[in-house]
Amino acid sequence: MQGTALMPTLTIHSIGPGVTVQDLGRPGWTAQGLSTGGAADRLAILEAAALLGTPPQAGLEMMGFGGVFSTGTDTRIVLTGAHMQATIDDSPAPHNTTILLRAGQRLNIGGAKHGTFGYLSFAGGIQTDPVLESRSTHLTAGIGAVLQAGNTLPIGADSDTTSAPMRLTTDDRTTGGMIRVMPGPQTAFFSDTTKTTFAQTTFVRSPRGNRQGVRLDHHGAGFSLDGALNITSDLIVPGDIQMTGEGVPYVLLSECQTIGGYPRIGTVLPADLPKIAQAAPGTKLRFAFISLADADTTAVSDTTLLANLRKDCQPMIRDPHDIVDLLSYQLISGVTAGNDP
Amino acid sequence: MTEPEICPLGVDGVLVRFARVLTDEANSQALSFRTQIMHAGLPGVTEVASSLTSVRVGFDPQRTNRAEITQHIVDLLERPEKQDSGPRRLWRIPVAFGPNHAPQLVQAAELAGVTQEEAVKEITSQRVRVIALGFAPGQPYLGMLPPHWDIPRQSELTPQMPNGALVVAVRQLIIFAADAPTGWRHIGQTAFRVYQPDAPEPFAFNPGDTVEFCAVTDSELTALQNRTDTNGGATCKVLR
Repeated sequence: MQGTALMPTLTIHSIGPGVTVQDLGRPGWTAQGLSTGGAADRLAILEAAALLGTPPQAGLEMMGFGGVFSTGTDTRIVLTGAHMQATIDDSPAPHNTTILLRAGQRLNIGGAKHGTFGYLSFAGGIQTDPVLESRSTHLTAGIGAVLQAGNTLPIGADSDTTSAPMRLTTDDRTTGGMIRVMPGPQTAFFSDTTKTTFAQTTFVRSPRGNRQGVRLDHHGAGFSLDGALNITSDLIVPGDIQMTGEGVPYVLLSECQTIGGYPRIGTVLPADLPKIAQAAPGTKLRFAFISLADADTTAVSDTTLLANLRKDCQPMIRDPHDIVDLLSYQLISGVTAGNDP
Repeated sequence: MTEPEICPLGVDGVLVRFARVLTDEANSQALSFRTQIMHAGLPGVTEVASSLTSVRVGFDPQRTNRAEITQHIVDLLERPEKQDSGPRRLWRIPVAFGPNHAPQLVQAAELAGVTQEEAVKEITSQRVRVIALGFAPGQPYLGMLPPHWDIPRQSELTPQMPNGALVVAVRQLIIFAADAPTGWRHIGQTAFRVYQPDAPEPFAFNPGDTVEFCAVTDSELTALQNRTDTNGGATCKVLR
């Protein structure tokens, strides 16, 4: 790997079965049949960028379980997304908080306590060679691979290891609840009765789910179209709720196909999609259809989302005597690193 | 021509659907409209993707919005179509139709009501268009074959179709992009890779490319499979 010889290294001592490198994916190849991919919970990558004061970068996506890691150099790290049991040399490693990981310390990340996809990000980012301008592993496209114990990965150096720890308080997105759905090109193919029943049904996130999509279980009949199932295949976006031949809903996630032939009743708003990705098996989910106009008011670019998250990051308050000083000092100086995209 | 439907597809996308059922005409319209939108260079447009009968225009909600994009789309749809809408590139791809490489050719020919020799002749004498790419990265749907090739997929899936297999169903051909199960029938074998993730240009095809197949013997195909200096012996000619 060119240029990586001088880079610090992340060593993987042990690892869960579903850990991959993910960033925000590679948009722009839909016409060629390659979906954007990237983190199943994109918000977690943006949260890490906000906390570390960096542009969005590649980190480790850990599906359900982490592993044991160390780095060859001191670096700030952050854990976002699912809450996973984590320690550094036996001290607890807090969630949504920047932590200084010293060279050689062992970062031990266990199972997810709440949520499904946990993210481990480094201030310098994971610096594997990009493919089509992204470092995301895309399993179905044969780009990258699931990480194994013994692997080492290049990471960028952290130029700012002495900065004050930062913390971000976020709304919980691991407990399911109400999910907003906007109309899509095939919503009108479903009868009003089917749509009403869908909106009145409580679903449970099935154990069957991965980066491509999540299956939803429920009691009662399936959600089929009247008549022919042979609709012409059409373009898909993540968030689409497709009905399989048996009328079982799947919510599609970042690594879905680009074109599909199953009918889709609507599209989960990007703002609510992290709740689907993070729902652990057994989590209850309900769906509410909203108007196109209402859906469009939630449209936000990653740039805006990241800028808002940066504003929500706060310095850790370590001592009550420091509170006044910290608030005046840190907030006036601002919390961004000045290298926003 | 029926009026195209304009629908939402995500908070950052507008879908223009030219027909609800695949026809040659609807696919041509979708492909030309994709080119038209791309050439228009509309501000805030992030991606223009086409499928069998539709085009999705993706946009950055920070720079534009659905109303503006929809208005641009309506304006472009009302403009008379350009004459210059022929294919940009012509591919010639060698295929082996021998029994070792075409286990279901006999069956497919029978369903299409032609002899095996006629089937090979029809498939190699007609130019087909890349209707869409999808299901696996870079995998082309090629068509349309004459109406008697409207043969159904088989109900039993073939557990693993080899990479480069030429398969047929519903008036379309696919060059398989991965070792994957399928209900389409295996009627030939290429040494062609539609997707090479590590290559400078990972995807061989673009929507709208034209493809011509030429028959080679089984031993010629084996020789092509063993060569690393060519992608299955295929050539690509730029037409315009």
